[in-house]
Amino acid sequence: MQDTVVSPEKAEEAKLKARYPHLGVRPGGSDLLRKRLTKGQKYFDSGDYNMAKAKMKNKQLPTAAAEKTEITGDHIPTPQDLPQRKQSLVASKLAV
Amino acid sequence: MAGAGGGGNDVQWCFSQVKGAIDDDVAEADIISTVEFNHSGELLATGDKGGRVVIFQQETENKSQPQCRSEYNVYSTFQSHEPEFDYLKSLEIEEKINKIRWLPQKNAAQFLLSTNDKTIKLWKISERDKRPEGYNLKEEDGRYRDATTITTLRVPVFRPMDLMVEASPRRVFANAHTYHINSISVNSDNETYLSADDLRINLWHQEITDRSFNIVDIKPANMEELTEVITAAEFHPHQCNTFVYSSSKGTIRLCDMRASALCDKHSKLFEEPEDPSNRSFFSEIISSISDVKFSHNGRYMMTRDYLSVKIWDLNMENRPVETYQVHEYLRSKLCSLYENDCIFDKFECCWNGNDSVVMTGSYNNFFRMLDRTQRRDVTLEASRESCKSRQVLKPRRVCAGGKRKKDEISVDSLDFNKKILHTAWHPQDNIIAVATTNNLYIFQEKVN
Repeated sequence: MQDTVVSPEKAEEAKLKARYPHLGVRPGGSDLLRKRLTKGQKYFDSGDYNMAKAKMKNKQLPTAAAEKTEITGDHIPTPQDLPQRKQSLVASKLAV
Repeated sequence: MAGAGGGGNDVQWCFSQVKGAIDDDVAEADIISTVEFNHSGELLATGDKGGRVVIFQQETENKSQPQCRSEYNVYSTFQSHEPEFDYLKSLEIEEKINKIRWLPQKNAAQFLLSTNDKTIKLWKISERDKRPEGYNLKEEDGRYRDATTITTLRVPVFRPMDLMVEASPRRVFANAHTYHINSISVNSDNETYLSADDLRINLWHQEITDRSFNIVDIKPANMEELTEVITAAEFHPHQCNTFVYSSSKGTIRLCDMRASALCDKHSKLFEEPEDPSNRSFFSEIISSISDVKFSHNGRYMMTRDYLSVKIWDLNMENRPVETYQVHEYLRSKLCSLYENDCIFDKFECCWNGNDSVVMTGSYNNFFRMLDRTQRRDVTLEASRESCKSRQVLKPRRVCAGGKRKKDEISVDSLDFNKKILHTAWHPQDNIIAVATTNNLYIFQEKVN
């Protein structure tokens, strides 16, 4: 008799594969790890950035829809895309 | 505060204090990223995403009123790390404090190591409660006296002043890590410490900042061959030559620094054999160890992976001696947890003072106490609703499926944005610090 009990993990895996048929076979492989190692990296050229900033003055500002996580050489970041890098001068709320 | 710190389930936990803002709109900077008691338990440090450290000090107990449990109040707060931009690599360096580790106290001052992704800093926290008064050449406000009016000699004396706590950076250990630092651990030799990133572990001397020794390097010659990363590392509490590091593949390697300068070859490899028929897409991801902690007695170590906590006997490499399920009901939710990235959440774990109970966090602001001696476990919640002084925490139950009983919460109602990743247990007493996203809860044992 065929065993029809599927472990919950395998059932979840089937669900995932149904949603993302192109998902790689080895999730723990180098792609996932390399993404982890390069966390925080922005491909950013300051020359291009300044050029884009200058061009922006004459153009209408686009609505921010661009993929913020994948800023590569093809996509020239604009001042609007980059998160604010404000220094924390505010005291922690735990210290109140 | 009497008590050997034992018995997680004989103990009734009561709310003691909560720190942080009440409002739901949480600024990123306020997200707590690490919590750590010092060696005596008198001080409790927190680090946040904004690079700030807040230290709380336990009030000295009022002996005449033993009912009054001592509270933790703000002792010092400072900006440990600032955001940086590495122009050479186009890399943004977050100021988030990944770990804080206290040094054992040697003199009147307190020292701690705090680290972000790239730089470790040694901070000195010292008290000043006296100041010199009666300078010969200066007025009290600092202005120099007119030399012609000085006719007598007076010698300054120290007079008491309001306590001032000062934090100053004494050492900055920079530029030693290409990848992101996940752990620091102070050695029992009280001279060195280690720092670990995804691929390498370095050994430092606490006094020397311009050089460190690489003791583990798992970077493959060809990055395409990368199969695992280092997720946590810790020195043995007593043996200064021994440390362990855990990996994203669920293994722990114990290394002996006496064996060779570069500890790429482990002395022991702890790995639980996996049933290949149970293997799924998620197997490796959920086996990734997010934290490893030695027991206080140095005989065991605990590892935390996505769904469980495992206790290993250092003398047995082939399987853990104990395994506890933290939230097994999540196994049938792995698909959505992968989609919302929760499957990559890094939970920490901690031991109580006498190694009889371990604690770890979960979702919905739940945390779990796992009693090793009594083989019992309980789920508790850190919430503003149970914030009345000395209110005993009620155990929580999650209903995995089927009929939900009264007082149970169904898996689908759990709030996965309310994660308890960081918890700490006082080294001797039954006092615990539990960090929700932006609040710090302190719970204590009920005293009758």
